[in-house]
Amino acid sequence: MSDGRTTASPTFADVNRDVLRTLEPPGNLYFAWMCFVALLLAGFFAAWAGQVWWGMGMAGKRVPQMWAMYITTFVFWIGIGHAGTLISAILYLFRARWRTSIYRGAEAMTIFAVMTAGLFPLIHAGRMWFAYFLLPYPNQRFLWPNFRSPLVWDVFAISTYLSISTVFFIVGLVPDIAALRDASTGWRRRIFSMLALGWEGSDTQWRHYRRAYGLLASLATPLVLSVHSVVSWDFAMALVPGWHSTLFAPFFVDGAIFSGFAMVLVLMLPMRHFFHLHAYIQEKHLDAMGKLILVTGLVLTYFYLCEIFTSLYSGEHIEKASLFWKVTATYAWALWTMYFCNCIAPLVLFWKRARTSPVVLYVVSILVLIGMWFERFNIIVPSLGHDFYPYTWGIYYPSPTDTMIVIGSFSFFFLLFLGFIKLMPSLSIVEVKETIPPPMRDRAHGH
Amino acid sequence: MATETVLGVFAHVDTTVRALEELRARGYHDLTVYTPLPVHEIEEVLERDRPVSRVRLFTLFGGLTGIASAFLLTIWSSLVWGQVTGGKYLQLVPGGIIGSSLPPFFIIAFELMVLFGGLATVIGMVVLGRLPRWRPSPAYDRRFTNDRFGVAVHCAPERAASVHELLRAAGAEEVKSR
Repeated sequence: MSDGRTTASPTFADVNRDVLRTLEPPGNLYFAWMCFVALLLAGFFAAWAGQVWWGMGMAGKRVPQMWAMYITTFVFWIGIGHAGTLISAILYLFRARWRTSIYRGAEAMTIFAVMTAGLFPLIHAGRMWFAYFLLPYPNQRFLWPNFRSPLVWDVFAISTYLSISTVFFIVGLVPDIAALRDASTGWRRRIFSMLALGWEGSDTQWRHYRRAYGLLASLATPLVLSVHSVVSWDFAMALVPGWHSTLFAPFFVDGAIFSGFAMVLVLMLPMRHFFHLHAYIQEKHLDAMGKLILVTGLVLTYFYLCEIFTSLYSGEHIEKASLFWKVTATYAWALWTMYFCNCIAPLVLFWKRARTSPVVLYVVSILVLIGMWFERFNIIVPSLGHDFYPYTWGIYYPSPTDTMIVIGSFSFFFLLFLGFIKLMPSLSIVEVKETIPPPMRDRAHGH
Repeated sequence: MATETVLGVFAHVDTTVRALEELRARGYHDLTVYTPLPVHEIEEVLERDRPVSRVRLFTLFGGLTGIASAFLLTIWSSLVWGQVTGGKYLQLVPGGIIGSSLPPFFIIAFELMVLFGGLATVIGMVVLGRLPRWRPSPAYDRRFTNDRFGVAVHCAPERAASVHELLRAAGAEEVKSR
């Protein structure tokens, strides 16, 4: 990986100043975006309220398509949530210095994406005020908690992931909030003083902090890989043709990283432009992210080929029929959209000029996000619609309610993110300083 | 015994390191160093005679607690609400636990190990770093989260003058007693 040292070399004080600048009162454009997002969110809640009032029939799902759009979007958002902890844990352990300028935003993205995903099981369950019916402890409802079910593993995996990602995010924020505290006055200073927990950057604090951060990264690394593996087992452990495959765990993890990085770019490129962060998010950072998208995209293409091959080679005619139906029938357009967005579009990133062009990267990232949403759609909907028994076959048509809820979930996510970039330092002050040569009086710094 | 704190404010890493080396050579070990970021060179000087941070013990303890509680939860639940699969169910017999379904419990054990281990690590960091502190320590200066390095020497009042001199000679921008 490339060395992340900045060429123009801002000083430590420049870093504080530039990051604090991002927290200045926002302009009209920001409020315009906030209004647009809030409007969409109102639509989201209206659609949800309609579904609660008139019942689950408002969502287009019917037997056999009971998972349909909600679980598609749930898996999509969990996947988006992968890039943040990948950047902050795995790339930290690999000492990839280019991560420093993007990791804070990516971590916030992770938490917000998992929170957005968390809405979907509730929406999907219908009467969400009875969600506690699912809890077996205390067990007055005489449930049979089944720890052999991947759905139960999923509950543990996702709640652990959300907790550890949040903890990671907060631990990283503490020294930065201390810097904000010391640079601010009035009520802001009081709030930041409380949030900074009295951090002073003394040698004792740094000693334990560094060790704790390393240990958290080591714990989070297998966690990142495990979460989407466990999500994939929700499908792979079932016997439905198109799902029952040992390929699913790595296939899902790779897809999650692919889509997560696309979302990081979708968020970071406008931030870089509007906050003038070109000195910190440089072309080489874009280049590195472009390469990661390209590599994960190629691996994903390989998995798609494997999927087709194992299906054709299986000698299992129902598996083959399911594949044939996916490729040629009702939902074929969704499959071919996915192949285009995930396999063909990222190939442009083979050119360095494309990898360093914000416009090209932005377009590719949007296409990747669309493609990855369709990937989950293609796994869930056509597979459920065409399984073993013709009597149970069925077509799913989206309704205005579930379409609005899916679109509205993006507004939920963006509202949280827009709030975050104005309230918290979206660039890590401490870690960006680590990439700058430290001030030396007498000799050149030689690492 | 009354002690005095002498604070030297430095703008450069090499001058800070020089001051630390000098102080240690003269037998001053009660030091607090403030830095805006962890600096390798400074850590190298300070870590020489210090044991490794005990945060890792917290992690170990948390992780083991997680594994143990996961197995307790899953095995207990399966014993109380047993599900017969393939003619077998989990049961407690004089020789131990028998049954068909221990392997899936490892997934729960892994997740809880990470969860408890992670939370314990943060608790360890907070406890050992003596956080939260609601009042700044006397030697603390706002510039230490920006671009200055601070060396606070806690010494006997009669040695304060020589510490002042030492810090200045090493290249401190500013030296004061607190």
